[in-house]
Amino acid sequence: MALLSKKDANLILDPLADNNPITIQVLGICSALAITAELKASVVMALSVLFVLGVGNVVISLLRNVIPSKIRIIVQLVVVATLVIIVDQVLKAFAYELSKTLSVFVGLIITNCIIMGRFEAFALGNGPWKSFLDGIGNALGYGVILVIVGFFRELLGSGTLFGIPVLGDPVTKTGLYSIGYENNGFMIIPPAALIVVGIIIWVQRSRNRTLIEEA
Amino acid sequence: MLEHLELFFKSIFIDNMVFAVFLGMCSYLAVSKKVSTAVGLGAAVIFVLGVTVPLNWLLDKYLLQDGALVWLGPEYADYNLGFLSFILFIATIATMVQLVEIVVEKFSPSLYNSLGIFLPLIAVNCAILGGSLFMQTREIPNLGLALNYGVSSGIGWFLAILAIAAIREKIRYSNVPAPLRGLGITFIITGLMGIGFQSFGGMLTGDNEPPEPTEATTAKADSKEEEKEIKKEIEDEKRTVSYNDVINK
Repeated sequence: MALLSKKDANLILDPLADNNPITIQVLGICSALAITAELKASVVMALSVLFVLGVGNVVISLLRNVIPSKIRIIVQLVVVATLVIIVDQVLKAFAYELSKTLSVFVGLIITNCIIMGRFEAFALGNGPWKSFLDGIGNALGYGVILVIVGFFRELLGSGTLFGIPVLGDPVTKTGLYSIGYENNGFMIIPPAALIVVGIIIWVQRSRNRTLIEEA
Repeated sequence: MLEHLELFFKSIFIDNMVFAVFLGMCSYLAVSKKVSTAVGLGAAVIFVLGVTVPLNWLLDKYLLQDGALVWLGPEYADYNLGFLSFILFIATIATMVQLVEIVVEKFSPSLYNSLGIFLPLIAVNCAILGGSLFMQTREIPNLGLALNYGVSSGIGWFLAILAIAAIREKIRYSNVPAPLRGLGITFIITGLMGIGFQSFGGMLTGDNEPPEPTEATTAKADSKEEEKEIKKEIEDEKRTVSYNDVINK
């Protein structure tokens, strides 16, 4: 890419795999798990975080020389809270049903550790353009895990994707159901999300053994 | 009295902060390596939730709700400042945490030493903001119940982090596959514990609500059987772990 130097491109690509905010940095788990029973909610959540983190990183980076370090946490919280209020109001206006499904989890983006973590670790020490790329990269890394988890939970749990049945009809027994396949109700309940993320971590660390933790 | 008890047990077991809604997972995973630190953080969470939920309840009741400003005069009855709740709640929480830190440091240095390092962590713990937001969406009717809700959710969180810390201390003696070590196995154990906690779901419904013969309930029954099996497995695991422990000693 001519637009981005190699270093800048790494800011976006690193968090997608080897420095993923969820599986490696262990940030932002809370909201990642609760809303992934449907793919649609996962995608909306990922987009909301993308917006908040991208814009927030730029704002904090622009303000970094003005913020007194003693009260920086409060300043950061105010910036995030403002952005989240925008997201919340937009969702309520244009996708009311969905905002009911996400309920308090939109508000909880404020305390999503990814956002505070990136503000602290990156935006306070780097320029706006780099911070923007870092924000986008980390939000994408977060979104990738959300979409993977949402995909498997909705597919195996309800046999649908984005609410569209893809495996046939369970009532009239068409498609896969005609040969005795059943939806796995276990995937719908919240704890299944933890187990799916656990398996993602397992797969990732088996492929890249440098990531394995010391016991 | 009954409603207090009901809310108390409901928030500890059925709507457990960690196992039912996954709040405060970041600190739950990061600080659960040792039981002693887990106890410190858990105590701090109970305390801060117990302070901030009633405070935010007051804010919600007299400032934010639709028509909440009516006490200023009838001409204010149409105002709805609900969209400001996020920013006000988080401001209250951040201020309270700061205040608690200063007060504790001044009056009880020993408590500060054991609790102090966790307090800044708590301002960005989703369990705290989540407590206030759930208090708002569930429309808790009075201040006493709000206090109860804050404290009992805190206790639920405390129990969860205590349990996982104890299991993680023991699991060091087990032979976990290398890629699963640390984070991976913690996720899976938390998932299994969450499934176990799901079985508390029927605790308070009693027989007032007759179960409807739908697909959902049959699926539930199936998953309950699975839960039992898994619970048994966990117990077996615990037994073998403690057995190993004895051998090691």
